Amino acid sequence: MAAHVSPITVPEPPRELRREPLVANYHSFGWISDRVSSLTEGKAPLWWWILFIPSVLCLGMLLFMLGYQISTGVGVWGNMHPVMWGWDIINFVWWIGIGHAGTLISAILFLLRQKWRTAVNRAAEAMTIFAVMCAGIYPALHVGRMWYDWWLFPLPNTYTMWPQFRSPLMWDVFAVSTYFTVSLLFWYMGLIPDLAVLRDRSKSKVRQFLYGLFSLGWTGSNRHWSNYEKAYLLLAGLSTPLVLSVHSIVSLDFSVSQLPGWHTTIFPPYFVAGAIFSGFGMVLTLLIPLRSIFKLQDLITMRHIDIMCKVTLATGTIVGYAYAMEFFIAWYSGNPSERFHFMNRALGPYWWGWMFMVGCNVLVPQLFWMKWFRQNLVAVFILSILVNIGMWFERFVIIVIGLHRDFLPANWGYYSPSPVDILTYIGTFGLFFTMFLLFLRFLPMIAISEVKGVIPQADPHNPMGGAKTQEIIHDKE
Amino acid sequence: MNASSTPYGIIAEFSNTASLLHAAEKVRDAGFRKWDVFTPFPVHGMDQAMGLRNSKVGWFTFIGGVTGYTTGMIMIWWMNAVDYPLVVGGKPMFSPFHAFPPSYELTILFGAFGSLFGMMFLNRLPRLHHPLLKHRQFAQVTHDKFFIVIECADPKYSETETKKLLEHAGSPRIEMVEE
Repeated sequence: MAAHVSPITVPEPPRELRREPLVANYHSFGWISDRVSSLTEGKAPLWWWILFIPSVLCLGMLLFMLGYQISTGVGVWGNMHPVMWGWDIINFVWWIGIGHAGTLISAILFLLRQKWRTAVNRAAEAMTIFAVMCAGIYPALHVGRMWYDWWLFPLPNTYTMWPQFRSPLMWDVFAVSTYFTVSLLFWYMGLIPDLAVLRDRSKSKVRQFLYGLFSLGWTGSNRHWSNYEKAYLLLAGLSTPLVLSVHSIVSLDFSVSQLPGWHTTIFPPYFVAGAIFSGFGMVLTLLIPLRSIFKLQDLITMRHIDIMCKVTLATGTIVGYAYAMEFFIAWYSGNPSERFHFMNRALGPYWWGWMFMVGCNVLVPQLFWMKWFRQNLVAVFILSILVNIGMWFERFVIIVIGLHRDFLPANWGYYSPSPVDILTYIGTFGLFFTMFLLFLRFLPMIAISEVKGVIPQADPHNPMGGAKTQEIIHDKE
Repeated sequence: MNASSTPYGIIAEFSNTASLLHAAEKVRDAGFRKWDVFTPFPVHGMDQAMGLRNSKVGWFTFIGGVTGYTTGMIMIWWMNAVDYPLVVGGKPMFSPFHAFPPSYELTILFGAFGSLFGMMFLNRLPRLHHPLLKHRQFAQVTHDKFFIVIECADPKYSETETKKLLEHAGSPRIEMVEE
């Protein structure tokens, strides 16, 4: 019957209306499964071991530093009067901020129907979860006696005491633990169909058993997909207000206090924009090398990189606006403490921190206005690292400069981190990269079933082998 | 009789989404109840082609969210105003404003659990044994093949007629699946 059918030609749309496809080179469904799954199969490549071993050593150093801090006390850190929040809180805010891009990509861009997100959302969500793990270490240890951490949660105890919910620090406990849990649920739910892909390809019994167990017996039934897609949409709808609330609440840790430079209403939106900005910096830092090493250029195309650079530019500019507005309000308020604080930021003993912050967060992303920078992978990689450095200095500026000179000059001081602070921070990179490398090795780093759904063949109403062709064939018969 | 030789249903393979969608419409119009479509990714318009109603997961999310919010508010009121009242900075013992951020987070937390577990409950997952998972060709469902399965338990099922229907719908490969 097929012999009678002449090939159908569909007129191509004019050049200016054509969009670059999300998956380059018109690959098939099977190619996507093979390409992504093969990254988790076979022996680990040499480069993986070259990165994994130092990461595990760094993780070991983190554990040693945490053990030293727990057994000796927080005095091993550089925190000293008047700067009682030092690198620990800087790193907490920095890591948790990095997580925000993952949730932005997975939830907000899903609600906005940005189909390009499918190529990057899995890796970005993994980054979120591991970054929040790194972040969570700091407040847990900063309390000093970490064996009392459970007092932070409303658990019955023999003193018949309850947590005090008027404090934003309590709100933070709920925000961060909810953020971690919901991100994990969302990530796992997205993984279920892809774990089934790995299960069905597995040759060894162990892989079949483990992927089979965690894919929950997924069969790809449309009755299941119907509930699954609804649940995914709802989780995206829940994660969107969640991600906006988490960094808002983190910012309330500061802005609910009375300190000049902290006590401002601009903090919640300013922190959220900064978090997304730093997160996109980290997503680019991670994905640009992975794309080349794993040869994923057809899945993570230059169009993806281009869009992420534009998001970085937009959020970096919002952050720059917030910096300018803080200075303006300090002048406009007429409050001498506020004015002094902002003069001290730019011209005080930590002027270099402020220069790094403005240079990396406001000036550097402006290069992304030029297409040459967005298309040059080396440039994007370097700029993305500068964004991460800049956002670290933003937290340094807010926390250390905010605390080191308050209202009374008798209270002033100068803060420097101790070696334990520095080694603990390096150690958290060990934790992050150990987790991330294990993720790359054992789980599909690209959402296979989601990417299959955005290629042209997936659409039953598409002229390319779609319903229209079928109707024409049917009529000819 | 050996349990492994009981027929479970009839499985028809399709190679593209368009022919699958039209076949599903035909099976729906023939009035089958115990049947399903299996795809590597959600196919746009398939719910309609199968005649499925809107998913009920939203109810689980809603109940989860309401439970979370009320849990948060009641918990904070009871802990800070009833069981362990403590004056801090002259602020009221309970105010919906300071109780809002944790309650908001609990709304999202419980709503998210409601969505995931609601989805699992409605799909009867985890289900680690399924007759289809033993079928050789069916492993391709997560790769690039599409299937329609009509169960023998369907009242309209008849081995010859159902096979004919699926053949007419354009499936190049039709097989029986055993229990």
